[in-house]
Amino acid sequence: MEFDFAAVLAEWPLLLRGLAWTIGLTAVAVPLGLLAATGGAWARACGPRWLARTVGVYVELLRNTPFIVQLFFIFFGLPSLGVKLSPALASVIAMTLNLGAYGTEILRAGIQATPRGQWEAAHSLALGPVQTFVRVVLPPAFKRIWPAMTSQIIIVMLGTAVCGQISTEELSYATNLIHSRNFRAFEATFVAVGLYLVLSMAVRQLLLWIGARFLFGSGAAAARPAGASHRLGARHG
Amino acid sequence: MVEFTLWDIVRNLLMALRWTVALSLIAFLGGGAVGALLLCLRLGLGRATARAIGLYVQVFQGTPLLMQLFLAYFGLALLGIEVSAWTAASVALTLYTSAYLVEIWRGCVEAVPKGQWEAARSLAMSFGEQLRHVVLPQAMRLAIAPTVGFLVQVIKGTALASVIGFAELTKTGSMIANASFKPFLVFGCVALMYFVLCFPVSLLAHYLERKSHGRPA
Repeated sequence: MEFDFAAVLAEWPLLLRGLAWTIGLTAVAVPLGLLAATGGAWARACGPRWLARTVGVYVELLRNTPFIVQLFFIFFGLPSLGVKLSPALASVIAMTLNLGAYGTEILRAGIQATPRGQWEAAHSLALGPVQTFVRVVLPPAFKRIWPAMTSQIIIVMLGTAVCGQISTEELSYATNLIHSRNFRAFEATFVAVGLYLVLSMAVRQLLLWIGARFLFGSGAAAARPAGASHRLGARHG
Repeated sequence: MVEFTLWDIVRNLLMALRWTVALSLIAFLGGGAVGALLLCLRLGLGRATARAIGLYVQVFQGTPLLMQLFLAYFGLALLGIEVSAWTAASVALTLYTSAYLVEIWRGCVEAVPKGQWEAARSLAMSFGEQLRHVVLPQAMRLAIAPTVGFLVQVIKGTALASVIGFAELTKTGSMIANASFKPFLVFGCVALMYFVLCFPVSLLAHYLERKSHGRPA
């Protein structure tokens, strides 16, 4: 058997384009997903009962079905209701909903770990419920669960590989395109796997750095080493 | 043109559900066996082995499962092995599962206090005996809940085998959706079937987790 990686690397503009799409989709979907997760966690932890229930159903539905089916449902299923989406938009929506569901559960665990006394202290300082949540409860909760959230974000990013199936032009789509041109299927996939690996390691470092640097003040203590804890809440979608 | 009734759709999907269940079981049992082997190697041999297995875990956790499936599909063909979608999917999902399970189980073994190892050693137990009689029974109790929880990820992971042409639930759903022009209904049913399969497992994992923490479930 003979390998021909040169034929694959010669298509570097396609690979680069695919990589840019993968990063772009992630960069759009992750902030939206974190926002959804924050809203969901609020609803689960302190919202009215009907809302908490509704969000609970959303979380369980999303967590117990495969990402690819969610994506197909949104991209192929919704048009029959008159909602027509571009592949990129459908991908972003699916990723956002996915991260929103897992993130809700992760963040809720962080919120529930906040001692009761903190809520009471905020209340006795005449902070409103919104202020208490945003300023007192949320920051330490985020700090606590950031390693787990980082893992979940990376899982969502790797999930973009599936978006190629609805012709979003991300890295795995570019890979398929390349081997349909030069028939070097194994080499093309191998190179793509390497790129994904480097990307996920870089993004993990970036997120942990962002967490330590921007989210939690100057506390270097926030940059906990990537131990077993960061994998706890993370699940594949 | 053939008209598809709801019953036609559901019946065909249920037939395909068997293959999802079968592939999940293969991946879970195979992955469990490979994972256990890797765990033993990791615990029993030196630093270099531990590092190599750490790298193995990192590769599988840091790349998309879809790409792993493609790699198995194309790679096995290069080795001159006749690959069906069955073989490729089984191999890829088994390795993927083993990488996650060995990491979960390692965490459980490490959660057993060091004093337990030392106590076992002070009773002149060999390494195998320390593991078998003292450490593993305790680690196993910790491992049950996250292992069952990971089964849900395996079941959902099998959906990606559809991409390499394995006719399980998702693939069958796509084909029926194309033939019947009812994608909303068909993918809705597919999602529902995955949910019916996965949700009880999730609940079980949750129940076991609470039980192992000594709280009433």
